[in-house]
Amino acid sequence: MNEILFPIILVAGIGLIAGLGLAIASIVMAVPKDEKAEKIEELLPGANCGACGYSGCSGYAQALAKGEAKPGLCSPGGAQAAAAIGELLGVSASVEAKTALVHCLGSYDHTTDKMEYEGIPSCAAAAQLAGGITSCRFGCMGLGDCMRACHYDAIKICNGMASIDPSKCRGCSMCVKACPKGLISFVPLKAQAVVRCSNCDKGAATNKVCNIGCIGCGKCVKVCECGAVKVENFHATVDPEKCTACGKCVEACPRHCITMFTGTQPQIQ
Amino acid sequence: MAQQMVSIFLAAILTENYILNQFLGICPFLGVSKKLNTAFGMSCAVTFVMVLATAVTWPIYTYVLYPNNLAYLQTIVFILIIAALVQFVETVLKKYMPPLYNALGIYLPLITTNCAVLGVTMLVLEKGESDPTFGYLQSLVNTFGAGIGFMVAMVIFAGVRERLELCDIPKSLRGLPITLVSASLVAVSFLGFQGIVDNLVK
Repeated sequence: MNEILFPIILVAGIGLIAGLGLAIASIVMAVPKDEKAEKIEELLPGANCGACGYSGCSGYAQALAKGEAKPGLCSPGGAQAAAAIGELLGVSASVEAKTALVHCLGSYDHTTDKMEYEGIPSCAAAAQLAGGITSCRFGCMGLGDCMRACHYDAIKICNGMASIDPSKCRGCSMCVKACPKGLISFVPLKAQAVVRCSNCDKGAATNKVCNIGCIGCGKCVKVCECGAVKVENFHATVDPEKCTACGKCVEACPRHCITMFTGTQPQIQ
Repeated sequence: MAQQMVSIFLAAILTENYILNQFLGICPFLGVSKKLNTAFGMSCAVTFVMVLATAVTWPIYTYVLYPNNLAYLQTIVFILIIAALVQFVETVLKKYMPPLYNALGIYLPLITTNCAVLGVTMLVLEKGESDPTFGYLQSLVNTFGAGIGFMVAMVIFAGVRERLELCDIPKSLRGLPITLVSASLVAVSFLGFQGIVDNLVK
């Protein structure tokens, strides 16, 4: 009889001790749930894109609940989510509208591919092959990694290059991370001049590979009255905060790579 | 003594690798090896749980089950203890070490019923029966080595899989088939370590 009873009692005893131990542990070491954070998380879009700089929507919600983060960092949620969160937390919140922009205009009209590429149809793979398949080593290869990364169907590949529709862009930065050439960055959603080229080679080298690439001639710097344009590394950049959208640099640019961004029309060329 | 420890440790990593030679813990090996950092996190959690589980089950077997002729209860008692232990560790981590909980948290429940953890606790006891010098300390070293071996296999395989992502694989082999094929090739490469440890530590 003992041969049966003892094992039963032993296993049941171990189970009982372990069960009781867990029950006590779960009561003693219970972590209080943050109701505020849960409410905030409901207001967020749940895209877990990381544009706010936190590990995901729940991470951002926790930081907001603790007061460590500002509302309005959520790009996909936009002004609506920021206002709702601001109301919940009792602070005013504003969000600056922004859109992603491809800083390249190298479609097939202006530049060529340096090889006939038949590999994996992905920019990340093509970029590993001799610095990319386009003759310009900085330019858009048009294989659509950004298009596939976009959750909101805002990116189209047209004539060998990507263009982003600002009306659909939610500013989640998935395309910024996807582009192996780092061509995509954010600009504020307002009228301004933008340099649609990222080529940092000297003018002559740029001229060989693309007829619309920035050669760093500096004409735009001379005509700008508000000091918004500067040339570094043979490549012009416009500071959107200083730009008054007067359009003088756009007219002056001999290469036509500075364009006026109005913030509304799709950027398909 | 030290020589024996080194030999046990190296053998557990190379010749007795739990994934690649004994085929235990294949589930996380295939499931969590897509990215290098998740593979590393998972292996850290497995190593931690393996050592903790052996530290608890070895005395229970040696001082409670074996003297009472209850060695046949080994499996069920060990499952019970490991499951409770992992749950307990999870609760403690959640309360006192939230960063570690965030890093290991998702993997801990997965490990509760992992056969590599159960396997290592039972196999060190088997070794102890055939070799009287193989005691508690040796068991712990062996378990730690098994965990590190798990990590080595996971990290190597995660690297292989990250490379596979960029390969043009025939359609019929995409996904799990090519993963299994490459896993078997990694396992074959580990067969090359047979006999190396005995000759290395002499």
